Amino acid sequence: MNTYLPLGDSAFIVKFGEAISEETNAIISSYSKQLIKLDVKGIIELIPSYNEILVVYNPMEIDYKILVQLLKDLENTISINDSMERELIRIPVCYDEKFALDLDFVSEHTELSIKEIIRSHSEPNYLVYMLGFTPGFPYLGGMNKQLSSPRKVNPRTKVEVGSVGIADSQTGIYPIESPGGWQIIGKTPLKLYAPLSRENFLLKSGNFIKFYPIDIAEFEEIEWRVKQDKYTVKRELIPYNG
Amino acid sequence: MAKIKIIKAGMLSTIQDLGRYGFQEFGMPVSGAMDHYSMKLANFLVGNNLNSAVIEATVIGPEIFFEADCYIAICGADMNAKLNNESVNMYQTISVKSGTTLKMGAVKDGFRTYIAFSGGIDVPLIMNSRSTYLRGKIGGHGGRQLIPKDELNLGKESSTITQKKIDEKFIPIWSENLVCRIIAGPEIHKFKLTGINTFLNSTYSISLESDRMGYRLNGERIAHRSSPDIISAGIAFGTIQVPGHGEPIIMMADHQTTGGYAKIANVISADLPYLAQMKQGDTIEFEEIKLEEAHELLQNQNKVFEGIK
Repeated sequence: MNTYLPLGDSAFIVKFGEAISEETNAIISSYSKQLIKLDVKGIIELIPSYNEILVVYNPMEIDYKILVQLLKDLENTISINDSMERELIRIPVCYDEKFALDLDFVSEHTELSIKEIIRSHSEPNYLVYMLGFTPGFPYLGGMNKQLSSPRKVNPRTKVEVGSVGIADSQTGIYPIESPGGWQIIGKTPLKLYAPLSRENFLLKSGNFIKFYPIDIAEFEEIEWRVKQDKYTVKRELIPYNG
Repeated sequence: MAKIKIIKAGMLSTIQDLGRYGFQEFGMPVSGAMDHYSMKLANFLVGNNLNSAVIEATVIGPEIFFEADCYIAICGADMNAKLNNESVNMYQTISVKSGTTLKMGAVKDGFRTYIAFSGGIDVPLIMNSRSTYLRGKIGGHGGRQLIPKDELNLGKESSTITQKKIDEKFIPIWSENLVCRIIAGPEIHKFKLTGINTFLNSTYSISLESDRMGYRLNGERIAHRSSPDIISAGIAFGTIQVPGHGEPIIMMADHQTTGGYAKIANVISADLPYLAQMKQGDTIEFEEIKLEEAHELLQNQNKVFEGIK
């Protein structure tokens, strides 16, 4: 049973329990898909997170009691089978020392060789639980615990866009240049956030991503193609394994 | 094409519409006018779609030279606007001839002023909106605040502009000591009862660390039961988060889409314009009301626009 709570007078929270799990994320993805299909007048947009969906609505276009009833009714029609297939996006990462500024630190801390770190980091399918914090920033799940490393004692004032890093038991990618304290182990030539391009955002809640290692030459080639808006991101459908 | 030229930019002038909707699930902030009500009144007066792009001026207004005839309207804070050195009224349609200069000074009350131009300001749509997202450096005019020598084009004005005045009963009166109405929750269970009492019975002041992204308030600390942290989740314009230090932060137009601190309440939409017109040092007291009442208040506030899209 979901919980339905107002967030002010123009948004409602649909809460799917307290757990952070792939199953909850699948239910959220399914629920969102069905809600969007209904194309309800007055619903402006949905913000999915680990265990909630924030439904942003216009109270002058839809009565909140009708909205809540609609949301409750939808709950009964959802089954994970509805999102049997998930999208997997392959993300090229160059782990070369040119970009992997903190790989030595991570190697020392985890007591793994650089080769082992690269293999371990590029092995899983990571779930994109949600996006937030800055445009295009993915909250990822699934990193191998052995790679856990603390944040930098002295954060950098500037981390380059596309940098791939580790902070505690999380891994992530910087969609924009910003200050940051993550241990940087590589860089992707892909843009997670491109406000002026055709496709503005690379990732979406419910996607899976897989990192694959590339060398500097391939990095520069992809980077050039991305700049020309001539790069096609590798997306494939994978079955959902409940 | 109708054009205006910025001679002086004022303190912080940006181009805003009602906000960038449809991309929050990707982490994209909405931005848009801080005071939706004044902004819509201004557009209404010049026959624009209520979502047309306007100039939002902050604390000290710009000086603008008109290179074409058009209509303007000025709503929000009183910045002592003058056209060719003659005072002009706020909250009414003003006809402006090519060659005129609009001068604005410092606010006499309120904090932000909206200048709407017939046809709206014609800057490119970025992700469906003309709003400036300053932190992300996109939207509006080059993703930044206006500076001297900037030239802006205006869109095609409506063919049926009639000179109007806003009825006195719809003209807002700004306050430096606001009773701000809120809807409680959704995480009041993260707070001690004494904490909730503190929140509803204290006077908070707006600190220096306040801007389009959020207002940090100073005042009595609000006690949490244990951790102030929650699992990151969506937030809204007017959401009040309370981090570990116990002082509330109100999310404003440029707020991040998700947050990780317990949310004690959310300002009602009808009171957001009044909040947007406040400055450092002004005070706020919070009053809880029910959802139905909040919707009624919003409906009443929008009555002035009835009959137009």
